[in-house]
This record gives sequence, structure tokens and C-alpha cells, in this order.
Amino acid sequence: MRRKFSLAQQDALIGFGLILPSLLIILGISLQPILSTLYLSVFESSRGINMERIFVGFGNYTALLSDSVFWVTIGRTLYFTLVSVGLELVLGLAIAQLIHSHPPGWQFLRTSLIIPWAVPTIVNGTMWRWIYNADYGALNGLLLQLGLIDKYIPWLTRPDMAMNLVILADIWHSVPFIALILQAALATLPTDLEEAAAVDGANALQRFLLIRLPLLRPAILVALVIRTVEAFRVFDIIYVITNGGPAFGTVTISYLTYLETFSFGNVGRGSALSFLISIFTLIMAFIYIRVLYRPEESQ
Amino acid sequence: MKIIRLIAMLTFAIIVMASVVGCAPKQTAGPVTIRVLSMEQAGPTVDEMNAIVGEFNAANPDIMVEIEYVSYDALHDKITTAMASTPPAYDVFLADDIWYAEFSKAGYVMDATDRITQDMRDKIFASAWDITTVDGKVYGMPWLLDEKYFFYNEKLLTEAGFSAPPKTWEELVEQSIAIKEKGIVEYPIVWSWGQYEAAICDWVILLYGNGGSLMDANGAPAFNNEAGVKTLNWMIQSIDDGITNPASISYVEEDVRNVFSQGKAVFAVNWNYMYDLVNFNADESQVTGQIKMALMPAFAGSGVESSSINGSMGFSVAATSPNQDAAWKYVEFLTSEDIQNRYSGHLLPIWQTSFQGENLTKLEGYTPANATTVPMFNAQFPFAHVRPKVPYYPEASKSLQLALQEALTKQKTPEQALNDAAAKWVDLAK
Repeated sequence: MRRKFSLAQQDALIGFGLILPSLLIILGISLQPILSTLYLSVFESSRGINMERIFVGFGNYTALLSDSVFWVTIGRTLYFTLVSVGLELVLGLAIAQLIHSHPPGWQFLRTSLIIPWAVPTIVNGTMWRWIYNADYGALNGLLLQLGLIDKYIPWLTRPDMAMNLVILADIWHSVPFIALILQAALATLPTDLEEAAAVDGANALQRFLLIRLPLLRPAILVALVIRTVEAFRVFDIIYVITNGGPAFGTVTISYLTYLETFSFGNVGRGSALSFLISIFTLIMAFIYIRVLYRPEESQ
Repeated sequence: MKIIRLIAMLTFAIIVMASVVGCAPKQTAGPVTIRVLSMEQAGPTVDEMNAIVGEFNAANPDIMVEIEYVSYDALHDKITTAMASTPPAYDVFLADDIWYAEFSKAGYVMDATDRITQDMRDKIFASAWDITTVDGKVYGMPWLLDEKYFFYNEKLLTEAGFSAPPKTWEELVEQSIAIKEKGIVEYPIVWSWGQYEAAICDWVILLYGNGGSLMDANGAPAFNNEAGVKTLNWMIQSIDDGITNPASISYVEEDVRNVFSQGKAVFAVNWNYMYDLVNFNADESQVTGQIKMALMPAFAGSGVESSSINGSMGFSVAATSPNQDAAWKYVEFLTSEDIQNRYSGHLLPIWQTSFQGENLTKLEGYTPANATTVPMFNAQFPFAHVRPKVPYYPEASKSLQLALQEALTKQKTPEQALNDAAAKWVDLAK
């Protein structure tokens, strides 16, 4: 009997057959919503049963891109992303180093580190909302007992202050994630390079900056990409702690999308916003990969 | 062989997927399930609402009511999201009077006009029917006939040397200065001026109490004028002077209740429900027995005696619900005179017959709080103002919330902030 397919073709067929079910599921749950969002974004449509849709082409996009609220919100979101991810990386690296040096009780430290990360974001937000409460919050209570303030401070009543406090709550929640990734990466690093460098007279700082940090780059890349994308789309912690207030001071781009789509019912405009967010996130991921990713390192 | 294996694999995958798809719920015989969306905030407690559901389910074995609760500020968006599917996630939902224009236009709420009997029309307050009526059609049963009230801590006020609560906001400032000087509390009054609907409610009280209004007769914004600016300036000044608790800029009603319950404020503005919880519930309040209610003050020289905000809500049946008759039966039960009388501790009945003759005495005796809240309702309700019923209300409200907050946090002058919000309202009305 003559074979219909060559061996290589058979392998390819089997390979395709095996990934087909998961491919269908992925297409169903990610591509379909993306396409229908794109479809909705070219209409001016309000919400409702059997509501009419008016085709506006890229009208929603041009309206958004020429709206100052959009750009102010993008700026605010970038501030949130840069400050929170930046501090998370520095703190996460420091904690990973600390655990890696195996101080007494390091196993306990590593385990308890999971707790903030394991708390659901909504619960985390509610907790910080209480901590920040001006009249019965723990933060005012603590600072007053330490003698650092002489009367309670209304924390969430200034836009800039509220934004920084939301960032603090986000850092508390996310530092463990970065610390754990980097700690795991540190544990797998070869020690011979650093030992050789030490023999050659490199001091601790040089060994860290010139050997350890470059070796950690792939792990840092993973942590940064995941956290940046998450931070740029931040929503729930803001919804719970400030509801976007005061005076829109904590309205990020995802929050604006939520307001437009679910509160105001401007489905077309909201869809266009979601699409723009996706494009911004893709650009950021692309930049990271171009800057940090070296294929020759990940063999 | 490999081909056979491939076919086996694919068959297996198809079987797995088919079995997952087969998991869709099947229609089973037995009681019809009615899913209800309500809120946990101002109004009856969850325990009271669950007890009413229990009574209904016991009396109607063919219907099974399941109820869920969200906070007020999540309610609107939860309803609109739920209505995107068919059948909708809820058969019955609680709606605020400011949403009925939007919901009826969107086709979310069942037209119940023909289900309302003449007897119901006669016995229920006309102002209650206004809540659920749009363009002459009734889209649900009115339920929570509420307004904001002025609360004061009589014990602390007496300590400050005053025998009566303020009748004007100017008098409140005078009393507050004395309260601060005597060191009784740091901030005499607490408000809900956070970036929520609550801020609009408090603003309406102050604005109308200053002779202003939100909209004119033609539906154009009417708040960006002298009355609006004067009112907003008074709010800013009261924070600067330490009379208003500065955290009010981030507070909603529950924060107001918590601060007032701790005896940290002498005055507060909140809905009916707060009175029972603050004055009679020792588990949640440190000031039980000290709280009184009074007519809401207004500004001196405005010619206004008092002004408040009408914050009423209704229960509606989803227009796309497959079980409208069973759903309506529950709505009628929930809003019936008997249920409303017996569960009147945190909301008062929509039935004017409950306030007449012998029924009034009975109503005042249903709970300890009613002896105070029932007469206060009668006194305050004539001064309660409604917010505009327009389909774009959520967006209009948010722009006004932003304006108030921009002025309160001094990002913009009151004039500029109110003009910007008014421009947005004009834009939305187009």
C-alpha cells in the first residue's frame, strides 16, 4: 500500500490535530471577543434591547485621540505604571537577595511573602480603604501613636495623594510576585562565575551589577512584562479604594473604559478605548522584548 | 498506526468537548425560580429582605425567589450588564428613580401599566408613582420612598450650650464654631461628598436650600449661576473653617454613619435608615439614645424654609424575563401594605393609607424608630426635590460630581467647574 503522506507530513498532521482543540478554545475565548470589540468600536451605539447602531468608521477613535481627557488619563496611567512597577522591581529584587542570602528564618519569610499576593485584589482594596480611612483608619492610628502626626490626616481627599496611596496598596500586593520570580531565578544561577570574579578581586557591588544582574535579565523581563501589562490595565483596586476620585485624580484608562461602557452605556466609544489599551500594551511589551531579550541567553 | 492514533485522539477531543457543551442547564419541573437583584445599603437590612423572601417562598410553593445584594454604587452597572444576555441574569431588580428614563428607553423594564389596579393608584402616594413612571407608563412598583434627613446629637449639642438644632445653615456654622471652641468634636458636621451619586444628593439639598435648582423648565442646566456658585463656595469655606469633616470629600453614606455613630460629629445628613441604626443599635453605635432628627436647614435670606433630596427607588421586572407573571407577583408582595408596614424600621411605606387615622398610630408603633421617623417623613417630604429624569443621567451626574470635586479640591474655581459641567449637560442633551 502506497503511503498517502510522507512521514514528515504525518508528523505535521498529528501535531496540528493535537493542538486543534486548544486552538479552537483559544480562538473562541480570545479572538472572538477581540473581533467583536473591533466591530462594535466602529459604531456609535448606545446600550439597550434592539438599539440601532450608526456606522461611524474610525469616528470613535479620532474623537478619543483628540480628547484631552483621554491623554490626561493616559498620562495618569503611565505614572501609576512607572512608579508602581519601578518600586516593585527595586523592592522585589532587594527581598529576593535577602532570601537568597539565607538569613535565619528565611524559609518562613519566603512562605509568608505569598500572603499579600494571595489576597484577592478586591479584598486588598477594601482593606486599604479602611486603613486609609481618615476617622477610623489604621494608618492615622499608627502615625498618631508613633507621634509622627498630631491630628488625623484626611488621606484620600487630594488627587495626587490619593494616587500615590493607591500605588502603595498596589505595591504591597505585587512586590511578592516579583520577589518570588527573582528569588527562584537567583537559586538557579551558577556560582562559579561570581567565585572566579571574587578571586580576581571584584567587590560585591561589581559582582552584583556585572554578573548577577545580567544573568537575571530573562527573569526580570518576565516579571516586568507581566507586571507592566497588569499595572497599565489597573482597575479593581481603584474602583474599591477611591472610585476614581477625588476629582478624577485616580481615573486610569481602564477605569475610563469602564465608565464609558458600563456606567454611561457608550458601547462604541468604550470598545474603541479597549482597543487602544490593547495597542498601548502591545507597544510596551514590544519595547521590553527589544530592549531586554537576548535569544542567545535563553538556551 | 499514527493515523489511527490521530483519529482516536480527535474522537476523544470531540467527546470531551461535547460533554462540556452538554452541561448547559436543563429545564426541570418544579417551582419557577425568580432571581432578584437588590442592594445592601440605605434601606432595609439584608436580614429583613431575606425574611420577606422567606415569607413569600413559604406562601408560594410554585415560585422560588433567590435574592442577591450589591452596594448602591454597583447596582446600576450590574443591571445594565445583566440585561445584555437573554434571558437576563435577573428577573427582578431594584432601580433608582434617576435610572427609569434610561431603562425604559433601553427596553430593560417591563411595562406594568395594565397590572396596576385603580385601588393601588388611589392608596399609594402620587409622588411614589412618579418614581417608576416615564411618559405616562408605569415600569415598576415604587418601594423605597426616601429622602435625606438632618440628624443631630442632642447630648453633644446641649454640652455646647444649645437647646435647639439649627434652622439655617448660617446658624449651623455659628453653633459649629462654639462646638469647636469648647473642644466637643473636631469637625461638627460630616457629609457624603465623595465622587459618587451621594455627592449630588447633598449638593441638591444645599443648592435648592439656597434658592437654586439643577434644571430649568426647558431641561437646560440651571446650576451654573449665582446660587450654584454661592452654595459651592459655602461648602469649600466650611471645609476650610474646619466645620465640615475634610474627609467628607471621600465619603459615602456608610462613612457618614460610621463617623456619626462614634460621636465624632454633632450633625450629619443621611437617609432614613441611619436613625434606627445609630440611635437603637448598640452593636453598631456608641451614641444610642442621643440622636434626634430635625427639619433640614436652608440658607437664611433665600426664602426657602427647608429642602431635601428625594432618593426613592422602585422594583421592576426585566422586560426580557421569561417568568414575568411570577416575578410581578413577588414585586407586588414585596411592596404590599402589610409587608411594608411590618418591615418599616428602615424604610417607610409607599401607602398613604398607612399614614391615615388609626393606621398612623400603628405605623408609629411598629419599631422604636418609627415614633420619630414617621412624623419626620411627613414634615420633610414636602421639601424633597427630585433629580432630572433624563436617559443620559449617569453621565450627567458623573460630570457634576467631577465639577463639585474639582472645586472642593481647588483644582478649579466653582464658576469654572460648574460652567464646564453645564456645558457637558447641554452636549449630552443633543
